[in-house]
Amino acid sequence: MARKKRKVEEVNSSSTADIAFLLLIFFLLTTSMDTDKGLARRLPPPIPKDQKEQDVDIKKRNLLPILVNSQNQILAGSDFIEIGQLRERVKEFVLNANDDPHMPEKIEEDIPFFGKMMITKNHVISLMNDVGTEYQAYISVQNELVGAYNELRNDLSKSKFGKSFDQLGEEEQKAVMKVYPMKISEAEPKNYGGK
Amino acid sequence: MPPLNTSSLPDLIFTLLFFFMMVTTMREVTLKVQFKLPQATELQKLEKKSLVTFIYVGKPTNEFRAKMGSESRIQLNDAFAEVSEIQDYIAQEKSSMKEEDQPYMTVSLKVDKETKMGIVTDIKQALREAYALKINYSAVNSN
Repeated sequence: MARKKRKVEEVNSSSTADIAFLLLIFFLLTTSMDTDKGLARRLPPPIPKDQKEQDVDIKKRNLLPILVNSQNQILAGSDFIEIGQLRERVKEFVLNANDDPHMPEKIEEDIPFFGKMMITKNHVISLMNDVGTEYQAYISVQNELVGAYNELRNDLSKSKFGKSFDQLGEEEQKAVMKVYPMKISEAEPKNYGGK
Repeated sequence: MPPLNTSSLPDLIFTLLFFFMMVTTMREVTLKVQFKLPQATELQKLEKKSLVTFIYVGKPTNEFRAKMGSESRIQLNDAFAEVSEIQDYIAQEKSSMKEEDQPYMTVSLKVDKETKMGIVTDIKQALREAYALKINYSAVNSN
């Protein structure tokens, strides 16, 4: 009954699925789900040309020089170490749990949530590399440095707030970051007599 | 047995299609250098793609090898470049951004893991001169 009334024929839509499939396959192929990831860093601002390179006065105990040479060996402080040991070495240095006179000095600081705390505010990790250093070695060292800070911050967050650092609120994160400020200096390039 | 009703199949496929169209980021440049990113574990995601400028460093791909040699080279946009060109390139990229976005400009360094640090240090110095201080060493997760 109803069928007879219909005059206009419907557009044949049986191939829409195929068309959509084609498009889908195209996008599937071109999609690169590469969520770009990496180590975020901040470079120091340039030195004005008319200004002589100034020696920033850093006490020796506050400084941890890390040198990566052209054979990708790592010198931290004054001894050669393996990449696996670097994280512990850096943590030890930043934490200075026993107030060692050869480790960075501790300064009392008033921090929200924590109150007065002794922190190694002035420590600096100075990272130097040779022209011939391999990029992977350099990134590995950078990675260990960031890892050391992340572990320290995480430990502190866990003991204070019972949560990991990522789960903290913004204010709390700021406070934790103030306790362990990330101070990595990438020194002016020098050529350490490689090849 | 009645045949399976497939009238909603196009709709389903369209939904999928839209999903993929949303997440697709078309690669804007054709790579002329090849690189394997270094491995790391403490990675952060790169936010806001529109604020990111890429610098590629690696060995030229096979088709360019005869012309450019097999030493590590820098690629900016679609062409090989020298370190001295980076400053202009960054300035240009910066000026094409909205003014309020400019301080948040990030430069992502996609560098082959076997590159020598000499060239990377040069790039870093150039970026400092150009006041592009936020950088990101691109890397892949090692586990």
